[in-house]
Amino acid sequence: MTTQTPSKPAPPEPGILAQSVASFGKGLIDVVSTIGGVVTLAFDVARWSVRRPFRLQNLFAQLDFVGVGSIFIVGLTGLFTGMVFALQTSEAFALFDAESLVGPTVALTLTRELAAVFSALMVTMRAGSAMCTELGTMRVTEQVDALETMAVNPVQYLLVPRVLAGLFMVPMLTILFSTAGMSGAYFVAVGGLGISPGTFLTRTQQWLEPIDIYEGVIKGAVFGVSVALICCYKGFNASGGAKGVGQATTEAMVASALSIFILDFIVGVVMH
Amino acid sequence: MAASAPPSRPEAGASTKPMIDIVDLHKTFGENKVLTGINLSVPAGSTCVILGGSGSGKTVLMKHMIGLLHPDSGKVIIDGEDIVPMGVDDLQRVRNKFGMVFQAAALFDSMTVFENVAFPLREHTRLSEDELYAKVRSKLDLMGLKREVESKFPADLSGGMRKRVGLARAVVLDPKIVLYDEPTTGLDPITTDYVDEMILAAQKGLGVTSVVISHDISSAFNVGDQIAFLSKGVIVAHGTPEELRESQHPAVKVFLETWFGKN
Repeated sequence: MTTQTPSKPAPPEPGILAQSVASFGKGLIDVVSTIGGVVTLAFDVARWSVRRPFRLQNLFAQLDFVGVGSIFIVGLTGLFTGMVFALQTSEAFALFDAESLVGPTVALTLTRELAAVFSALMVTMRAGSAMCTELGTMRVTEQVDALETMAVNPVQYLLVPRVLAGLFMVPMLTILFSTAGMSGAYFVAVGGLGISPGTFLTRTQQWLEPIDIYEGVIKGAVFGVSVALICCYKGFNASGGAKGVGQATTEAMVASALSIFILDFIVGVVMH
Repeated sequence: MAASAPPSRPEAGASTKPMIDIVDLHKTFGENKVLTGINLSVPAGSTCVILGGSGSGKTVLMKHMIGLLHPDSGKVIIDGEDIVPMGVDDLQRVRNKFGMVFQAAALFDSMTVFENVAFPLREHTRLSEDELYAKVRSKLDLMGLKREVESKFPADLSGGMRKRVGLARAVVLDPKIVLYDEPTTGLDPITTDYVDEMILAAQKGLGVTSVVISHDISSAFNVGDQIAFLSKGVIVAHGTPEELRESQHPAVKVFLETWFGKN
């Protein structure tokens, strides 16, 4: 007669609560790991940006791609943002006969907040996604390794020009956005709603201070560096073929957009 | 030849100075022990093939040779210098002694064939455009690549042509060592033979030390002066192709039987 050994009972399935906690914990670890990686990369980029050889050709190519290539889309977005903002605020101000405040309201909102945020979002979508995909493809096809084997530092060759392009071009695009936005607001307020040009311009001049413009420019620089670093980090560390590159790009877009809004608040608090 | 143990170290005063000397190399990724005590010596001017199955750690070993990976412990001595403790600048200096041919060539998509081959020259020399062109042309000629290929982009080339451009780029700076990562993978038999000839031509014509990572037994026996067999993170057999065929190590026997048959 043979006796069967009772099989070992399977471990119990984790409950919904345990699964939720585990999932939250994993997400938290991923976020902290990404932040740590991006900060480390920022130091690497800073270190390699001041070392020879200075790769001006690569830098100008990225300035062209990130900045010049975004002029049309940023200008157009700015124009319509200013127009719609003027339209909406004029209705609100008309309730208590304060239409003269449309100009300064649009101006302050654009220069302090919207221009930098929207410009950075546009650059994220247009240039950041391309940066991440290009670097990710280079990583999974071993082109980054090839650079290293040829004694060329990939951080200096690939990442420094992209991050510097973000640093220099997003503030300029921010100014462009504000200018296009104010033009749109002027067109709607003066041309469409009958506010006198003198009132619009004088009121705007009275309320708008240079510090408001500086705030937008500083925010643009911070967002530009942040977006470029995140997109470079995600692309540079992509793995797992085409699927991995796609996933890295998705993560880069989400993280970049979130970083813009979080940094917007932090810079706003610091500057006020 | 050592059949089931790491090959003995070269004796002091041996006439063949090792160009690459790997001593007790260990590497772990998470829980996965990939290299568990590699010892390997490659004499200057020879071609060493590192043979082994998929996932045996061949590419990881090769990446240690050029400093793309940092070991947990052990030494990687290149031309008399241990590269393991080196900083970035010293490592870049040592990497100038290398050329590397990648499995899928790793040519830069955004550059033409000419620009790809000229890239190392532009980075590390101050040649005039005429001199640079002459140098690139001579390497493309060596690989049998015609003038009309120069302006093509990597996407327009066949697998075999990409490999040849990759090798032209790898040898354009006249390196002392050329590393080949699975150079014949995915190629048809005729192109495989051509790539083997190309490796032999590079060794004879340029006098380089070559290390070839492969699981292609035919190719390994064609090009290797010596073959090291890597299994489960250690080199279990190392010697000339003839010596390897006589190896009694079970892993080597099973692997070679797939090509030579059981007899």
